[in-house]
Amino acid sequence: MTNAIPAIEARGLGKRYGHRWALADCTLAIPAGHVVGLVGPNGAGKTTLISLATGMLAPTTGTIEVLGGLPASDPGQLARVGYVAQDTPTYAGLSVADHLRLGAHLNPRWDAGLARRRIEQLGLDPKQKAARLSGGQRAQLALTLALAKRPELLILDEPIASLDPVARREFLQALMRVTAEQELNVVMSSHLVADLERVADYLVVLVDSRVRITGEVDDLLATHHLLTGPRRQAASLPDSQQVITESHTGRQSTFLVRSTEPVIDPAWTVEEVSLEDLMLAYMGHASGSPQGQRLEVRQ
Amino acid sequence: MIDFHLNSRSGVAPYLQLIRQVRQALRLGLLREGDQLPTVKDVAGSLAINPNTVLKAYRMLEYEGLASAKPGVGTFVTKTVSEESVAAHQRLSMELSAWIGRAQRAGLDPEDMEALFQRAARAAEQEEAV
Repeated sequence: MTNAIPAIEARGLGKRYGHRWALADCTLAIPAGHVVGLVGPNGAGKTTLISLATGMLAPTTGTIEVLGGLPASDPGQLARVGYVAQDTPTYAGLSVADHLRLGAHLNPRWDAGLARRRIEQLGLDPKQKAARLSGGQRAQLALTLALAKRPELLILDEPIASLDPVARREFLQALMRVTAEQELNVVMSSHLVADLERVADYLVVLVDSRVRITGEVDDLLATHHLLTGPRRQAASLPDSQQVITESHTGRQSTFLVRSTEPVIDPAWTVEEVSLEDLMLAYMGHASGSPQGQRLEVRQ
Repeated sequence: MIDFHLNSRSGVAPYLQLIRQVRQALRLGLLREGDQLPTVKDVAGSLAINPNTVLKAYRMLEYEGLASAKPGVGTFVTKTVSEESVAAHQRLSMELSAWIGRAQRAGLDPEDMEALFQRAARAAEQEEAV
Protein backbone atom coordinates (compact mmCIF):
# COMPACT_ATOMS: atom_id res chain seq x y z
CA MET A 1 0.00 0.00 0.00
CA THR A 2 2.95 2.32 0.39
CA ASN A 3 3.69 4.55 -2.49
CA ALA A 4 6.04 7.48 -2.94
CA ILE A 5 3.39 9.59 -4.66
CA PRO A 6 1.05 11.21 -2.11
CA ALA A 7 -2.68 10.52 -2.36
CA ILE A 8 -3.34 14.25 -2.04
CA GLU A 9 -0.84 17.08 -1.95
CA ALA A 10 -1.88 20.73 -1.53
CA ARG A 11 0.27 23.86 -1.34
CA GLY A 12 -1.18 27.16 -0.22
CA LEU A 13 -4.55 25.97 -1.45
CA GLY A 14 -7.47 28.37 -1.02
CA LYS A 15 -10.98 28.94 -2.32
CA ARG A 16 -12.82 32.24 -1.91
CA TYR A 17 -16.50 32.99 -2.52
CA GLY A 18 -16.85 36.76 -2.64
CA HIS A 19 -15.35 37.97 0.62
CA ARG A 20 -15.51 34.64 2.37
CA TRP A 21 -12.69 32.10 2.27
CA ALA A 22 -14.27 28.61 2.26
CA LEU A 23 -10.76 27.18 2.49
CA ALA A 24 -7.60 29.14 3.20
CA ASP A 25 -3.87 28.49 3.22
CA CYS A 26 -4.21 24.71 3.06
CA THR A 27 -0.88 22.91 2.80
CA LEU A 28 -0.80 19.16 3.34
CA ALA A 29 0.66 15.95 1.94
CA ILE A 30 -1.42 12.86 2.61
CA PRO A 31 0.65 9.74 1.91
CA ALA A 32 -0.84 6.84 -0.04
CA GLY A 33 -2.10 3.72 1.71
CA HIS A 34 -4.39 5.27 4.27
CA VAL A 35 -8.00 5.69 5.20
CA VAL A 36 -8.07 9.41 5.80
CA GLY A 37 -10.64 10.96 8.08
CA LEU A 38 -11.44 14.52 7.05
CA VAL A 39 -13.09 15.91 10.12
CA GLY A 40 -14.49 19.25 11.18
CA PRO A 41 -17.69 21.01 12.14
CA ASN A 42 -20.28 21.79 9.45
CA GLY A 43 -19.05 24.66 7.30
CA ALA A 44 -15.38 24.12 8.15
CA GLY A 45 -14.36 23.61 4.51
CA LYS A 46 -14.50 19.82 4.15
CA THR A 47 -16.72 19.81 1.08
CA THR A 48 -14.70 22.64 -0.48
CA LEU A 49 -11.47 20.64 -0.09
CA ILE A 50 -13.15 17.57 -1.58
CA SER A 51 -14.56 19.59 -4.49
CA LEU A 52 -11.07 20.93 -5.20
CA ALA A 53 -9.60 17.40 -5.02
CA THR A 54 -12.19 16.03 -7.45
CA GLY A 55 -11.75 18.97 -9.83
CA MET A 56 -15.31 20.24 -9.47
CA LEU A 57 -13.95 23.53 -8.18
CA ALA A 58 -10.87 25.45 -9.32
CA PRO A 59 -8.65 26.90 -6.59
CA THR A 60 -8.49 30.67 -5.98
CA THR A 61 -4.93 30.30 -4.69
CA GLY A 62 -2.33 27.55 -4.58
CA THR A 63 -2.24 24.08 -6.12
CA ILE A 64 -3.60 20.62 -5.47
CA GLU A 65 -2.43 17.29 -6.90
CA VAL A 66 -4.23 13.99 -6.54
CA LEU A 67 -2.20 10.80 -7.04
CA GLY A 68 0.40 13.01 -8.66
CA GLY A 69 -1.94 14.53 -11.25
CA LEU A 70 -4.12 17.61 -11.56
CA PRO A 71 -7.72 16.87 -10.54
CA ALA A 72 -10.01 15.96 -13.46
CA SER A 73 -7.35 17.10 -15.94
CA ASP A 74 -7.99 14.24 -18.38
CA PRO A 75 -10.05 11.00 -18.69
CA GLY A 76 -7.20 8.95 -17.24
CA GLN A 77 -7.10 11.06 -14.09
CA LEU A 78 -10.91 10.98 -13.81
CA ALA A 79 -10.85 7.18 -13.95
CA ARG A 80 -8.37 6.94 -11.06
CA VAL A 81 -10.55 8.79 -8.57
CA GLY A 82 -13.93 7.59 -7.32
CA TYR A 83 -16.24 10.08 -5.69
CA VAL A 84 -19.37 9.64 -3.61
CA ALA A 85 -21.08 13.00 -3.07
CA GLN A 86 -22.72 14.18 0.11
CA ASP A 87 -25.62 11.97 1.25
CA THR A 88 -24.84 9.40 -1.50
CA PRO A 89 -27.16 10.68 -4.24
CA THR A 90 -28.66 8.36 -6.86
CA TYR A 91 -31.09 8.94 -9.76
CA ALA A 92 -34.56 8.49 -8.25
CA GLY A 93 -36.27 7.52 -11.51
CA LEU A 94 -33.65 4.98 -12.61
CA SER A 95 -33.58 1.34 -11.54
CA VAL A 96 -30.61 -0.35 -9.90
CA ALA A 97 -29.79 -2.04 -13.23
CA ASP A 98 -30.02 1.35 -15.03
CA HIS A 99 -27.44 2.73 -12.61
CA LEU A 100 -25.06 -0.11 -13.44
CA ARG A 101 -25.58 0.39 -17.19
CA LEU A 102 -24.92 4.10 -16.79
CA GLY A 103 -21.74 3.33 -14.85
CA ALA A 104 -20.58 0.93 -17.56
CA HIS A 105 -21.08 3.59 -20.26
CA LEU A 106 -19.39 6.38 -18.36
CA ASN A 107 -16.32 4.60 -16.97
CA PRO A 108 -13.53 3.07 -19.06
CA ARG A 109 -12.29 0.75 -16.29
CA TRP A 110 -15.81 -0.39 -15.24
CA ASP A 111 -15.82 -3.75 -13.45
CA ALA A 112 -19.27 -5.17 -14.32
CA GLY A 113 -18.64 -8.40 -12.40
CA LEU A 114 -17.83 -6.55 -9.20
CA ALA A 115 -20.93 -4.37 -9.55
CA ARG A 116 -23.19 -7.39 -10.16
CA ARG A 117 -21.73 -9.37 -7.25
CA ARG A 118 -22.17 -6.49 -4.84
CA ILE A 119 -25.78 -5.89 -5.88
CA GLU A 120 -26.44 -9.64 -5.34
CA GLN A 121 -24.74 -9.65 -1.93
CA LEU A 122 -26.78 -6.64 -0.89
CA GLY A 123 -29.95 -8.43 -1.98
CA LEU A 124 -31.08 -5.53 -4.17
CA ASP A 125 -33.65 -6.13 -6.91
CA PRO A 126 -32.07 -4.85 -10.16
CA LYS A 127 -35.51 -3.70 -11.36
CA GLN A 128 -36.17 -1.59 -8.26
CA LYS A 129 -36.23 2.18 -8.81
CA ALA A 130 -33.69 4.07 -6.68
CA ALA A 131 -36.49 6.21 -5.22
CA ARG A 132 -37.95 3.05 -3.62
CA LEU A 133 -34.70 1.99 -1.92
CA SER A 134 -34.01 2.66 1.74
CA GLY A 135 -31.39 5.25 2.66
CA GLY A 136 -28.91 2.49 3.52
CA GLN A 137 -29.55 0.70 0.20
CA ARG A 138 -29.12 3.94 -1.77
CA ALA A 139 -25.81 4.56 0.01
CA GLN A 140 -24.67 1.02 -0.82
CA LEU A 141 -25.71 1.52 -4.47
CA ALA A 142 -23.71 4.76 -4.66
CA LEU A 143 -20.71 2.97 -3.09
CA THR A 144 -21.07 0.12 -5.60
CA LEU A 145 -20.97 2.56 -8.53
CA ALA A 146 -17.84 4.24 -7.15
CA LEU A 147 -16.08 0.90 -6.49
CA ALA A 148 -16.94 -0.68 -9.85
CA LYS A 149 -15.12 2.23 -11.44
CA ARG A 150 -12.01 0.57 -9.96
CA PRO A 151 -10.52 3.79 -8.59
CA GLU A 152 -7.15 4.06 -6.86
CA LEU A 153 -8.53 6.74 -4.57
CA LEU A 154 -12.07 6.83 -3.27
CA ILE A 155 -13.35 10.15 -1.89
CA LEU A 156 -16.54 10.16 0.14
CA ASP A 157 -18.24 13.32 1.38
CA GLU A 158 -20.27 12.67 4.56
CA PRO A 159 -21.48 9.33 3.17
CA ILE A 160 -23.21 8.11 6.31
CA ALA A 161 -24.36 11.22 8.17
CA SER A 162 -28.01 10.72 7.21
CA LEU A 163 -28.13 6.94 7.78
CA ASP A 164 -29.50 5.07 10.77
CA PRO A 165 -26.91 3.31 12.99
CA VAL A 166 -27.40 -0.13 11.41
CA ALA A 167 -27.10 1.16 7.84
CA ARG A 168 -24.11 3.25 8.90
CA ARG A 169 -22.31 0.23 10.33
CA GLU A 170 -23.13 -1.85 7.22
CA PHE A 171 -21.77 0.89 4.98
CA LEU A 172 -18.50 1.09 6.93
CA GLN A 173 -18.20 -2.72 6.97
CA ALA A 174 -18.49 -2.80 3.17
CA LEU A 175 -16.04 0.08 2.83
CA MET A 176 -13.40 -1.49 5.12
CA ARG A 177 -13.74 -4.90 3.47
CA VAL A 178 -13.12 -3.47 0.02
CA THR A 179 -10.29 -1.28 1.34
CA ALA A 180 -8.55 -4.46 2.51
CA GLU A 181 -9.32 -6.31 -0.74
CA GLN A 182 -8.30 -3.67 -3.24
CA GLU A 183 -5.66 -1.74 -1.30
CA LEU A 184 -7.71 1.35 -1.92
CA ASN A 185 -6.82 4.84 -0.76
CA VAL A 186 -9.82 6.36 0.99
CA VAL A 187 -10.61 9.92 2.01
CA MET A 188 -13.83 10.25 3.96
CA SER A 189 -15.26 13.38 5.48
CA SER A 190 -17.52 13.30 8.49
CA HIS A 191 -18.64 15.42 11.38
CA LEU A 192 -19.46 12.20 13.25
CA VAL A 193 -16.28 11.73 15.21
CA ALA A 194 -17.08 8.26 16.57
CA ASP A 195 -17.46 6.78 13.08
CA LEU A 196 -14.04 7.99 12.00
CA GLU A 197 -12.41 6.65 15.16
CA ARG A 198 -12.77 3.06 13.96
CA VAL A 199 -11.88 3.45 10.31
CA ALA A 200 -9.40 6.29 9.91
CA ASP A 201 -5.65 5.80 10.33
CA TYR A 202 -4.81 9.30 9.10
CA LEU A 203 -6.49 12.49 10.17
CA VAL A 204 -7.06 15.94 8.71
CA VAL A 205 -8.87 18.31 11.05
CA LEU A 206 -10.41 21.40 9.46
CA VAL A 207 -11.80 24.26 11.53
CA ASP A 208 -12.92 27.67 10.28
CA SER A 209 -11.62 27.05 6.73
CA ARG A 210 -8.14 26.09 7.93
CA VAL A 211 -6.23 22.89 8.57
CA ARG A 212 -5.78 22.60 12.33
CA ILE A 213 -3.76 19.38 12.40
CA THR A 214 -2.90 16.45 10.14
CA GLY A 215 -1.04 13.23 10.73
CA GLU A 216 -1.10 9.49 11.23
CA VAL A 217 -3.50 8.55 14.00
CA ASP A 218 -0.88 6.48 15.86
CA ASP A 219 1.57 9.40 15.83
CA LEU A 220 -1.09 11.84 16.98
CA LEU A 221 -2.12 9.57 19.86
CA ALA A 222 1.50 9.01 20.89
CA THR A 223 2.33 12.72 21.01
CA HIS A 224 -0.72 14.03 22.86
CA HIS A 225 -1.02 13.74 26.63
CA LEU A 226 -3.59 14.79 29.17
CA LEU A 227 -1.90 16.31 32.23
CA THR A 228 -3.70 16.76 35.55
CA GLY A 229 -2.10 18.29 38.62
CA PRO A 230 -1.92 21.25 40.99
CA ARG A 231 -2.97 24.56 39.49
CA ARG A 232 -0.41 26.09 37.12
CA GLN A 233 -0.26 28.61 34.30
CA ALA A 234 0.19 27.37 30.75
CA ALA A 235 3.23 29.64 30.44
CA SER A 236 5.03 27.60 33.10
CA LEU A 237 5.08 24.49 30.92
CA PRO A 238 8.27 23.69 28.97
CA ASP A 239 8.51 24.92 25.38
CA SER A 240 8.43 21.36 24.08
CA GLN A 241 4.83 21.06 25.29
CA GLN A 242 2.35 22.81 23.04
CA VAL A 243 -0.89 23.48 24.93
CA ILE A 244 -3.98 22.51 22.92
CA THR A 245 -6.64 22.97 25.61
CA GLU A 246 -6.53 23.93 29.27
CA SER A 247 -9.02 24.13 32.09
CA HIS A 248 -8.60 25.14 35.71
CA THR A 249 -10.40 24.84 39.02
CA GLY A 250 -9.35 26.56 42.24
CA ARG A 251 -6.66 23.99 42.90
CA GLN A 252 -6.29 21.86 39.82
CA SER A 253 -5.18 22.37 36.22
CA THR A 254 -5.82 20.09 33.27
CA PHE A 255 -3.85 20.50 30.05
CA LEU A 256 -3.99 18.67 26.78
CA VAL A 257 -0.48 19.06 25.38
CA ARG A 258 1.26 18.00 22.21
CA SER A 259 4.83 16.91 22.84
CA THR A 260 7.19 14.59 21.04
CA GLU A 261 9.18 14.23 24.25
CA PRO A 262 7.85 12.22 27.19
CA VAL A 263 6.33 14.21 30.06
CA ILE A 264 8.53 13.59 33.10
CA ASP A 265 7.39 16.27 35.58
CA PRO A 266 6.28 14.20 38.63
CA ALA A 267 3.65 16.82 39.56
CA TRP A 268 1.48 15.65 36.67
CA THR A 269 -0.76 12.65 36.33
CA VAL A 270 -0.23 11.81 32.65
CA GLU A 271 -2.99 10.07 30.74
CA GLU A 272 -3.41 8.96 27.16
CA VAL A 273 -6.02 10.67 25.01
CA SER A 274 -8.62 8.93 22.89
CA LEU A 275 -8.84 9.90 19.23
CA GLU A 276 -12.33 11.24 19.83
CA ASP A 277 -11.14 13.51 22.66
CA LEU A 278 -8.21 14.64 20.55
CA MET A 279 -10.40 15.58 17.58
CA LEU A 280 -12.86 17.37 19.86
CA ALA A 281 -10.06 19.27 21.57
CA TYR A 282 -8.77 20.65 18.28
CA MET A 283 -12.22 21.53 17.04
CA GLY A 284 -13.43 23.05 20.30
CA HIS A 285 -10.20 24.97 20.79
CA ALA A 286 -10.33 26.85 17.53
CA SER A 287 -14.03 27.61 17.50
CA GLY A 288 -13.96 28.91 21.06
CA SER A 289 -16.43 26.28 22.22
CA PRO A 290 -14.68 24.07 24.76
CA GLN A 291 -17.21 21.27 24.44
CA GLY A 292 -17.16 21.39 20.64
CA GLN A 293 -20.92 21.73 20.72
CA ARG A 294 -21.25 22.38 17.02
CA LEU A 295 -20.25 18.80 16.58
CA GLU A 296 -22.29 15.67 16.88
CA VAL A 297 -20.22 13.22 18.83
CA ARG A 298 -22.63 10.36 18.87
CA GLN A 299 -26.08 9.62 17.55
CA MET B 1 -11.64 -19.76 14.14
CA ILE B 2 -12.54 -17.04 16.59
CA ASP B 3 -14.74 -14.00 16.24
CA PHE B 4 -13.36 -10.66 17.31
CA HIS B 5 -15.41 -7.94 18.92
CA LEU B 6 -14.59 -4.37 19.84
CA ASN B 7 -15.60 -2.30 22.80
CA SER B 8 -15.41 1.27 21.54
CA ARG B 9 -15.95 2.68 25.07
CA SER B 10 -13.17 0.73 26.79
CA GLY B 11 -10.45 3.25 25.99
CA VAL B 12 -8.19 0.37 24.90
CA ALA B 13 -6.78 0.80 21.39
CA PRO B 14 -8.56 -1.49 18.89
CA TYR B 15 -5.38 -3.35 17.88
CA LEU B 16 -4.67 -4.11 21.55
CA GLN B 17 -8.19 -5.41 22.00
CA LEU B 18 -7.63 -7.85 19.12
CA ILE B 19 -4.32 -9.02 20.61
CA ARG B 20 -5.88 -9.54 24.03
CA GLN B 21 -8.73 -11.55 22.54
CA VAL B 22 -6.27 -13.89 20.81
CA ARG B 23 -4.29 -14.33 24.03
CA GLN B 24 -7.48 -14.92 25.96
CA ALA B 25 -8.70 -17.50 23.43
CA LEU B 26 -5.33 -19.28 23.78
CA ARG B 27 -5.64 -19.34 27.56
CA LEU B 28 -9.16 -20.71 27.39
CA GLY B 29 -8.13 -23.35 24.86
CA LEU B 30 -10.42 -21.90 22.17
CA LEU B 31 -7.40 -21.46 19.89
CA ARG B 32 -4.66 -24.05 19.36
CA GLU B 33 -1.48 -24.37 17.36
CA GLY B 34 -2.22 -24.52 13.64
CA ASP B 35 -5.57 -22.73 13.89
CA GLN B 36 -6.07 -19.97 11.36
CA LEU B 37 -6.95 -16.48 12.53
CA PRO B 38 -9.68 -14.65 10.58
CA THR B 39 -8.32 -12.92 7.47
CA VAL B 40 -7.55 -9.21 7.62
CA LYS B 41 -10.31 -8.64 5.08
CA ASP B 42 -12.88 -10.50 7.21
CA VAL B 43 -11.94 -8.75 10.45
CA ALA B 44 -11.92 -5.30 8.80
CA GLY B 45 -15.23 -6.08 7.09
CA SER B 46 -17.04 -7.50 10.10
CA LEU B 47 -15.86 -4.96 12.68
CA ALA B 48 -15.83 -2.00 10.27
CA ILE B 49 -12.26 -1.12 11.25
CA ASN B 50 -9.22 -0.04 9.30
CA PRO B 51 -7.37 -3.03 7.76
CA ASN B 52 -4.08 -1.54 8.99
CA THR B 53 -5.35 -1.93 12.57
CA VAL B 54 -5.79 -5.68 12.03
CA LEU B 55 -2.40 -5.95 10.32
CA LYS B 56 -0.79 -4.19 13.26
CA ALA B 57 -2.39 -6.61 15.75
CA TYR B 58 -1.27 -9.63 13.70
CA ARG B 59 2.28 -8.27 13.39
CA MET B 60 2.43 -7.84 17.18
CA LEU B 61 1.22 -11.42 17.66
CA GLU B 62 3.96 -12.59 15.30
CA TYR B 63 6.50 -10.57 17.24
CA GLU B 64 5.33 -12.24 20.46
CA GLY B 65 5.75 -15.63 18.78
CA LEU B 66 2.07 -16.50 19.06
CA ALA B 67 1.25 -16.44 15.36
CA SER B 68 2.91 -16.51 11.98
CA ALA B 69 1.79 -15.27 8.58
CA LYS B 70 1.86 -17.49 5.51
CA PRO B 71 1.86 -15.08 2.58
CA GLY B 72 -1.25 -15.42 0.46
CA VAL B 73 -2.82 -17.94 2.86
CA GLY B 74 -3.38 -16.29 6.19
CA THR B 75 -2.14 -15.97 9.75
CA PHE B 76 -1.87 -19.07 11.93
CA VAL B 77 -1.47 -19.74 15.62
CA THR B 78 2.00 -21.13 16.34
CA LYS B 79 1.77 -21.77 20.05
CA THR B 80 -0.68 -23.61 22.23
CA VAL B 81 -1.01 -22.84 25.89
CA SER B 82 -0.42 -26.28 27.45
CA GLU B 83 -3.28 -28.51 28.59
CA GLU B 84 -2.01 -28.48 32.18
CA SER B 85 -2.05 -24.72 32.45
CA VAL B 86 -5.58 -24.55 31.03
CA ALA B 87 -6.64 -27.23 33.51
CA ALA B 88 -4.91 -25.26 36.25
CA HIS B 89 -6.88 -22.23 35.16
CA GLN B 90 -10.07 -24.20 35.57
CA ARG B 91 -9.05 -25.13 39.10
CA LEU B 92 -8.14 -21.52 39.86
CA SER B 93 -11.41 -20.39 38.36
CA MET B 94 -13.35 -22.77 40.67
CA GLU B 95 -11.40 -21.53 43.67
CA LEU B 96 -12.17 -17.98 42.64
CA SER B 97 -15.89 -18.76 42.34
CA ALA B 98 -15.84 -20.17 45.85
CA TRP B 99 -14.01 -17.07 47.08
CA ILE B 100 -16.55 -14.77 45.41
CA GLY B 101 -19.33 -16.70 47.15
CA ARG B 102 -17.65 -16.12 50.53
CA ALA B 103 -17.11 -12.44 49.72
CA GLN B 104 -20.78 -12.03 48.79
CA ARG B 105 -21.85 -13.63 52.06
CA ALA B 106 -19.52 -11.23 53.85
CA GLY B 107 -21.46 -8.36 52.24
CA LEU B 108 -18.89 -7.26 49.63
CA ASP B 109 -20.13 -5.86 46.31
CA PRO B 110 -18.27 -6.35 42.99
CA GLU B 111 -16.39 -3.07 43.35
CA ASP B 112 -15.18 -4.02 46.83
CA MET B 113 -13.94 -7.34 45.44
CA GLU B 114 -12.17 -5.65 42.56
CA ALA B 115 -10.43 -3.28 44.96
CA LEU B 116 -9.33 -6.22 47.12
CA PHE B 117 -8.07 -8.09 44.07
CA GLN B 118 -6.12 -5.11 42.78
CA ARG B 119 -4.57 -4.43 46.16
CA ALA B 120 -3.47 -8.07 46.49
CA ALA B 121 -2.13 -8.09 42.91
CA ARG B 122 -0.13 -4.91 43.51
CA ALA B 123 1.26 -6.27 46.77
CA ALA B 124 2.34 -9.45 44.98
CA GLU B 125 3.96 -7.39 42.23
CA GLN B 126 5.92 -5.35 44.76
CA GLU B 127 7.03 -8.48 46.58
CA GLU B 128 8.29 -9.90 43.29
CA ALA B 129 10.19 -6.69 42.57
CA VAL B 130 12.00 -6.74 45.90
